Amino acid sequence: MKWQDTHITEVLVIGAGLAGERVAVEAASHGHECTILSLVPPRRSHSTAAQGGMQASLANVAMGYGDNPDTHFEDTVKGSDWGCEQDVARLFVNLAPIAVRQLSYWGVPWTRVVPGKKVLPDGREIEDLPEKEGLIAQRAFGGTAKWRTCYAADGTGHVLQYSMDSMVIKLGVTVHDRMEAVALIHDGEKCYGAVARCLRTGAFRAYLAKATVIATGGYGRIYGTSTNAVINEGTGMAIALDTGVVPLGNMEAVQFHPTGIVPTNILVTEGCRGDGGYLLDKNLHRFMPDYEPVKKELASRDVVSRRMMYHIRQGYGVESPYGPHLWLDIRHLGTEHLYTNLREVCTICGNFLGVDPAKDLIPVVPTQHYSMGGVRTNIDGDAYGLKGLFAAGESACWDLHGFNRLGGNSLAETLVMGMVVGARVADYVKEAVVDFSPPLVSDAVKQQEARVQQLMASKGTENVYALRKQMEETLLNKVGIFRNEADLQEAVATLADLYARSQHIRLRSNGLGPNPEMSAALRLPGMLRLALCIATGALNRQESRGSHYREDYPKRDDANWLKRTLAYWRPGADKPELQYESITINELPPGDRGYGEATGVTQLGD
Amino acid sequence: MEQRTLTFSIFRYNPATPEITPRMQDFQLDENPNMTVFIALNRLREEQDPSLMFDFVCRAAICGSCAMLINGRPQLACKTLTADLPDHITLMPLPVFKLVGDLSVDTGTWFRQMCETTEAWIHTDAKFNPKAEEERMDNAIALDIYEAERCIECGCCIASCATANIRDDFLGAAGINRMARFLIDPRDQRSPAQVFEVMGTDEGVFGCIGLMACDFLCPMEIPLQTQLALVRRKMMAAALSCKCKH
Repeated sequence: MKWQDTHITEVLVIGAGLAGERVAVEAASHGHECTILSLVPPRRSHSTAAQGGMQASLANVAMGYGDNPDTHFEDTVKGSDWGCEQDVARLFVNLAPIAVRQLSYWGVPWTRVVPGKKVLPDGREIEDLPEKEGLIAQRAFGGTAKWRTCYAADGTGHVLQYSMDSMVIKLGVTVHDRMEAVALIHDGEKCYGAVARCLRTGAFRAYLAKATVIATGGYGRIYGTSTNAVINEGTGMAIALDTGVVPLGNMEAVQFHPTGIVPTNILVTEGCRGDGGYLLDKNLHRFMPDYEPVKKELASRDVVSRRMMYHIRQGYGVESPYGPHLWLDIRHLGTEHLYTNLREVCTICGNFLGVDPAKDLIPVVPTQHYSMGGVRTNIDGDAYGLKGLFAAGESACWDLHGFNRLGGNSLAETLVMGMVVGARVADYVKEAVVDFSPPLVSDAVKQQEARVQQLMASKGTENVYALRKQMEETLLNKVGIFRNEADLQEAVATLADLYARSQHIRLRSNGLGPNPEMSAALRLPGMLRLALCIATGALNRQESRGSHYREDYPKRDDANWLKRTLAYWRPGADKPELQYESITINELPPGDRGYGEATGVTQLGD
Repeated sequence: MEQRTLTFSIFRYNPATPEITPRMQDFQLDENPNMTVFIALNRLREEQDPSLMFDFVCRAAICGSCAMLINGRPQLACKTLTADLPDHITLMPLPVFKLVGDLSVDTGTWFRQMCETTEAWIHTDAKFNPKAEEERMDNAIALDIYEAERCIECGCCIASCATANIRDDFLGAAGINRMARFLIDPRDQRSPAQVFEVMGTDEGVFGCIGLMACDFLCPMEIPLQTQLALVRRKMMAAALSCKCKH
């Protein structure tokens, strides 16, 4: 390592998506020096892909009148299937309206209320009142009692990220893009920063900081078939797990989004159904009301995805070379609505399917989408296990989402949690000093350099892409929407074998500089450790809760499983160690969600 | 459809091995139905040459990472179907931007610089009041701002711009459109004279020589010609109203 390349800052943020940038902006506006590391330029982050919107109980539109934080809280807790921290959910719902308005102040062109009478696709007539004209408009999303999702036409994530990044630039926050954090520097008690690999040169450098924040988003790509961007490989979660002292919470809680398009798995927003779209089967029958008479297409994502897969298993899927799928029908929403509020959906369908949603049906199937699990933190964003380490956004398990996240709550979480953790970090660094032991830093860098040298000299036989493909297929086929003991045992065994084999990768290229095969080989063991946390957590949890559905234990079991999984990976271990902790339930005791198997199935038989 | 074997001629250069001079390398690949350049490049990397460098993020034509010259034309590789291309496909990195390696270029630095030059953020004296209702806005204005904000900073307009190719400091269609976005935003309090300092120059709107490849090639179909005209008119008005001071 070269000491002169070492970068020292007060706050080191890993990840430049919405959560990371929001943390940096908060800390910087308290006068602290911040540096953000990002795999890509910030405006390429996966946050930009969020089309739908963010939930905040503003009660601005007719179908949202009477909404308040209490209702948002209740929706969120039910959505989580009572898996979330209720004090966190309460804090979140109270701050969400402030976050959404602050973004307006920073420049987000939120779609605004246009008053007047309107007829919904189902025939109901509503009226948006003149006194609400020009306030932030809201649309319906799944699992919500009110229309609460604020949006900017068809590109909410894009405009949020651009506005957030404009603040990052205004405040002069340093951003090092094409810079991948590959290890945390720590002594088992405190975190001192990170070792990063430059994706322009392949060189390693140390970043030293008073506070280090992980905000690297999800790991969707370990499933291969995912709505996630190709950079979402869970690197931030993996380096936290690698410390041996920081646990990942609820990794078995994996969200599948009902409407990934077939093929290519690109997401089309929940706004399609929120705005009145239907799901149809091979007979063009609208089947969701059969299962969910109340919520229909707008039950929570875990429930809709399961109903869809169940319906496909009953033989109602549309056959295709890419496997069976169902149809999303938004034709009846009208050209004008589609080309303004759902334009990105139209563009994606045109580009990748050659279909026009104004005239044609959209082929969809539930697809891996979101990770409720992540680096376990307390309500302030402090990671368990290491002082000076924090996490925010999808890479964190704060835990707002429990076992199922509501649509519109992830963008909102990035901004609310970013605000909370940013303020906490600002407080923390005020008291803290930059202190580090030089041997600790150089050893951490040397350890990474040794991995590169070992890969260059490897006499192994394993191909990184082949191993990766097997990991993807194992997760997809054995740790998917429907899970059972036999499949999960097989998954754990296969993944453990792949993990062992990942120590014997041999590159086929020279590995020099910013070589992509080297990058893939360096990442794969960490991805496999995440995969093992997911599969092992799922195998152990003998109940069904939210997105975690066990065919052999189809009921939620509050007596035994009203608790959160914590997965540790001890140094040198070949499998995770699972512990459990209790969940904060201080307002709403466990009960019926009002949708899903508990109610829907009985009503089906009536 | 008859199965084709495609030939990809790809620009190669790795800065880590400067002794190997930049060159074109040919690869053969059997075409699949619905194959995009994204799928083709990933297959080439996994099956034939794992050292091949290129950038993709969203693979859904919304993040702007994968612009490259495909048979000479700047476009997003992720949404380019091979079926729309001839048997022989040439892939080159975008010009203007600094090369990272092979097809990968550094657009991030260029766009951050552009945002700093145009001060692409809301300038306001107003303070945020967390207890207050949001400031109201006419929905039509919100949609107009959104239209300009749709730019994904892919760099196609810059790579295809004659002026940007000969002068480093030209802000290009992306910069002019960014300024248009703030000009129409009532929350931004900059005066026409302040905007003129940045935009009423050869680095700004008056550097454009009107070839309009930007407008023709924008993958987001942002009306760049209209945006350019808007900013030019505003700058002309600003210049005329400031005349007396000089």
